[in-house]
Amino acid sequence: MFDFSIVTHWIDNLLRSVMPGWGALLIEFVLVGVVLLLLYAVLALFYIYFERKVCAFFQCRLGPNRVGPYGIFQSVADMFKILIKELITLNHSDKFLFNLAPYLVIVASMLAFGCLPFGKGLQVIDFNIGIFFLIAVSSIGVLGILLAGWSSNNKYTLIGAIRSGAQMVSYELSIGFSVLTMVVFAGTMSITGIVEAQSNGWFIFTGHIPAIVAFLIYLVAGTAETNRGPFDLPEAESELTAGYHTEYSGIHFGFFYLAEYLNLFIVSGVASLLFLGGWMPLHIPGWESFNQIMDYIPSVIWFFGKAVVISFIIIWFKWTFPRLRIDQLLRLEWKYLLPLNLINLFIMVLVVIYGLHF
Amino acid sequence: MANIQQEISSFLSEATFVEGPILEVSVPEAKWHELALYLHDKLHFDYLVSIVGMDWGETMGCVYYLTRTADNSQVSVKVEIADRENPLIHSITDLWKSALLYEREVYDFFGIRFINHPDMRRLFLRNDWVGYPLRKDYNADPEVNPIRLEHEAVDDVTHAIVETPDGKLEERTNTLFGPEEFVVNIGPQHPATHGVLRLRTSLDGENVKKIDVYCGYVHRGIEKLCESLTYPQTLHFADRLDYLSAQQNRHAVCLCIEDALQVEVPARAQYVRTIMDELMRISSHLLFWSTFCMDLGGTTAFFYGFRDREKILDIFEETCGARMTFNYYTIGGLMADIHPDFQRKVKEFCAYLPAKLKEYHTLFTGNVIAQQRMKGVGLLSREDAISYGIAGPSGRASGWACDVRKNHPYALYDKVEFNEVVRTEGDVYARYMVRLDEILESIHIIEQLIDNIPEGDYAVKMKPIIKLPEGRFFRQVEASRGPLGIFIESHGDKNPYRLKINSACLPLVGGLDPMCRNGKIADLIAIGGSLDYVIPDMDR
Repeated sequence: MFDFSIVTHWIDNLLRSVMPGWGALLIEFVLVGVVLLLLYAVLALFYIYFERKVCAFFQCRLGPNRVGPYGIFQSVADMFKILIKELITLNHSDKFLFNLAPYLVIVASMLAFGCLPFGKGLQVIDFNIGIFFLIAVSSIGVLGILLAGWSSNNKYTLIGAIRSGAQMVSYELSIGFSVLTMVVFAGTMSITGIVEAQSNGWFIFTGHIPAIVAFLIYLVAGTAETNRGPFDLPEAESELTAGYHTEYSGIHFGFFYLAEYLNLFIVSGVASLLFLGGWMPLHIPGWESFNQIMDYIPSVIWFFGKAVVISFIIIWFKWTFPRLRIDQLLRLEWKYLLPLNLINLFIMVLVVIYGLHF
Repeated sequence: MANIQQEISSFLSEATFVEGPILEVSVPEAKWHELALYLHDKLHFDYLVSIVGMDWGETMGCVYYLTRTADNSQVSVKVEIADRENPLIHSITDLWKSALLYEREVYDFFGIRFINHPDMRRLFLRNDWVGYPLRKDYNADPEVNPIRLEHEAVDDVTHAIVETPDGKLEERTNTLFGPEEFVVNIGPQHPATHGVLRLRTSLDGENVKKIDVYCGYVHRGIEKLCESLTYPQTLHFADRLDYLSAQQNRHAVCLCIEDALQVEVPARAQYVRTIMDELMRISSHLLFWSTFCMDLGGTTAFFYGFRDREKILDIFEETCGARMTFNYYTIGGLMADIHPDFQRKVKEFCAYLPAKLKEYHTLFTGNVIAQQRMKGVGLLSREDAISYGIAGPSGRASGWACDVRKNHPYALYDKVEFNEVVRTEGDVYARYMVRLDEILESIHIIEQLIDNIPEGDYAVKMKPIIKLPEGRFFRQVEASRGPLGIFIESHGDKNPYRLKINSACLPLVGGLDPMCRNGKIADLIAIGGSLDYVIPDMDR
C-alpha cells in the first residue's frame, strides 16, 4: 500500500535543502492551505451535485441534467453565480458579528479537515490527541450559527439560532460519548493509532455489539450535528423560512451552505475513521490473498468511498423522514440516547477489560 | 319545520315568518339576542352556518343561517334596522364562536357594528379604507380610495361597543398584544401558510401564546363584482375562490340558480357533475397530503402526491380544456360533453390510486416521527368544532357528521352508496386520516357511476338572458374543505341584488387560535397544514 508520507517527506527535505527551516515551514503552510481550500471547494461541489442527484432519484425526478453531461457542471455554475451575487447589508443589524458569523462556521469545518486521515500518511496534523482536537474545533461552528441568528436582528433567525444552540449542546454529548466509546476500544486518541489498530478488522466488526450501538448513536447524533433532516430545526423551512441564515445573501450564504455540506463530509469521515477503519482496506484475518487484493485499492479511495457511503445514508434520512419537534428532539437525546450511550460505554469498558472482542 | 315555527312564535310574538325551503324568521333588533339565546339553548340550533350582511336601500341588516346538528333542520333569521348612520346589532359571539369572524366581515362590508363583539376591526380591507363597499350608497370613486403605497400601520388596540347591565352603550378598547410580548409575523409571505395569510403570533420561547389572524391579502371583492354582472358571468368567479375545489364551488352556484329557476338538470350532466366533483375532491386531498407532509419536513412525499394529482389534471384537461380554472359547469348542465376517452381514463385512475395510497401510508403515516408530530396535537372537541363552524373533513375528524352530501343530498349523492368518514380523536392525525380515507370513498363513488353515464343531452337550453324570480336562495355543497354556501337575493333582475359566498375556509382560521394555544411553533404549522385552508377562498 502506497504511503503518502514518502511524498510529503520528500517535499519537506527538498525545501529544507534550499532554505532555512522557517522558510520551508512557511511554504509548507501555504501549500497545505491551498490544497485544503481546493479540496474543500471540490468536495463541496461534488456533494451538492451528489445530494441533488440522489434526492432527485428519490423523488421521481431527474435532477440537474442540462449543464454538461448529466449536469455535472451545474454546481460549478451555481457556485459561480453565488460568488458574483450582491452581499446585502441590513440596516439594523450588528454588522461586525453579522459578517464574522459565516467565517466562524467555515473556519470550524476547515480546522476539522486538518486532522482527517485522507489516506495512508496523508493528513495535515497527526498528534496524540487528534480525535479530541477534532471534537473541540468542530464545536466552534455552533458559535457562528448563534452569532448569525443574533446579529441579523430578525425574529426567525433568533429562534433558529436558539434552537440550534439547544440542539448542538445536546447532541455534542452523544457524539462525545460514542467517540469516547471507540477511544476506549482503540486505547488511543491519536488518529493514526486508531486507524492502525483496525488493520486486522474494522472496529465495527471487532468491537461487535457496543461498537455497532455506538455507530448507530453516532449516525443519529452526527445527522443532528450537521443540522440535516430530520433534525434541521435551526433552518426548518416550513416554520422559520430559512432559520438562522434567512438574512444572508451571496457568498456569505454560500459559506453556510458549503459548511453544511462539508460538515456532512466531516461527520461521515469521522464515522469511517472510528468504525470502518479510515483509509484501512477491508482485512479479514487469515484470508491473506484477499487482504492483498484489497491492499491494491489505494487508501484514498477507501477513505472517500466509505465517507460517501455514510453520507448517502445521512442524505437518505433527510429525504425520507419528516422533521422532529424541538421537545421531541431534546427528549430523544436526554432521555434515550444519553443513558443508552453511558450504558454502552460501560459495556465497552467491560469488553476491553475482559478481552471479549475479536 | 312547522314545529319550529310554532315554538318560535309562542316564544316571541313579534316574529313574522316566510315559508320556503328554509324557514325565514324576521325579528326586530331589540328582540334578536333574546331569540338567539332561545334558538341556541332551547331549540339547539348549535351551528351558525353564515351571517349575510344586507343593504335593502331603506334599511340594513343581517340574515343568519342556523342549523341544528341533531337533525340538520335549518332556519334563517332576518334582522332589519332602520338607522343607516350608526347601525348597531347585538352580537351573538357569546353563543356561536364562528360569529367572531363573520360579524367582522359584515362590519367590514356594511359598517354595521355589533354590540358586545370584543374586536370590531375590519377583516379584509385596510384599516384606512374609506366607506363600506357593499353598501348601495358606496362611493366607488378611485379618488376616495387610491392605491396606497405606504405600509398599513399595525394596530394592537381594538375597539368594542359594550352594553352595560343597565342598558347603556359604552365604547371600550381591548389590547391584543402588550408591548412586552414577542410577536412574530408568520406570513403574509411564509412557506407554511400556503398563500398570503398573516398570523401574528405571540411566542413564549417556542410556545405559542396567542394568534391573531389577518385576512384579506387576496381579497378581490368578488361579492361586490357579482352585483353588477349577469348570472352566467358570476359563475366564473366560483372557480377562482378555492381553486382546489373549483368544480364543487361552481356546482354550488349552479345549484343555487337552478333551484331558483326550477330547472331540471339532465341525468347525463348530473352523473358527470358528481364524478367531476369527486375527482376534484381526490385531487384536492392529494395536494393536501403533499403539502402537509412538506410542512412536517417530509419533502419527498410532496412529489409523490403531485405525481398522482397530475393524472387527474390530465383527465380534466381533456374534457374541460384547462388544468386549473375549468369553467365546466353551466346553468342547466355542462359547457361541453365529456371527452371520448374520459371513462377509460377515469377507470384506469381508479384502479391505479389505491396501490399508491398504500405507498403513502408506508412512507409517511406509519413513520414514528410523523405519528409523534400528529397524534394528540391540535385537539378540537366536537362542541368546539360546531361552535367555531369548523366543518368538512376537519369537523368530521372531531366526530361531527357534517357532510352536506349526506345531510342535504344534491346531484346523485342520494343514489350512490358511500360512507361518511368520521373519526373521534379530533387531532391532527384524525384530520389527516379522514382526508386519506375520503379519497377511497370518492373512488368508490366514481366506480359506481362511471360505467352508467346515461346518453342524452348534457345541458338544457336556457334563455339568453337569465332572470331569477324575487326571493332569497341559499344552497350548500360539500367542497373539498367543507360546506360552501351560496346565498343569492334576487329582485327579479338579470344580475343578483346580493350574492354572498359562505366560504368553507374562513371558519377554519377562526379556530386556529384555540387549537394552537400552548403548542409549539411546529405544532402551529402542523395544525395549519391539517386544516388545509386555501386563502383565496376565505378572502374572496
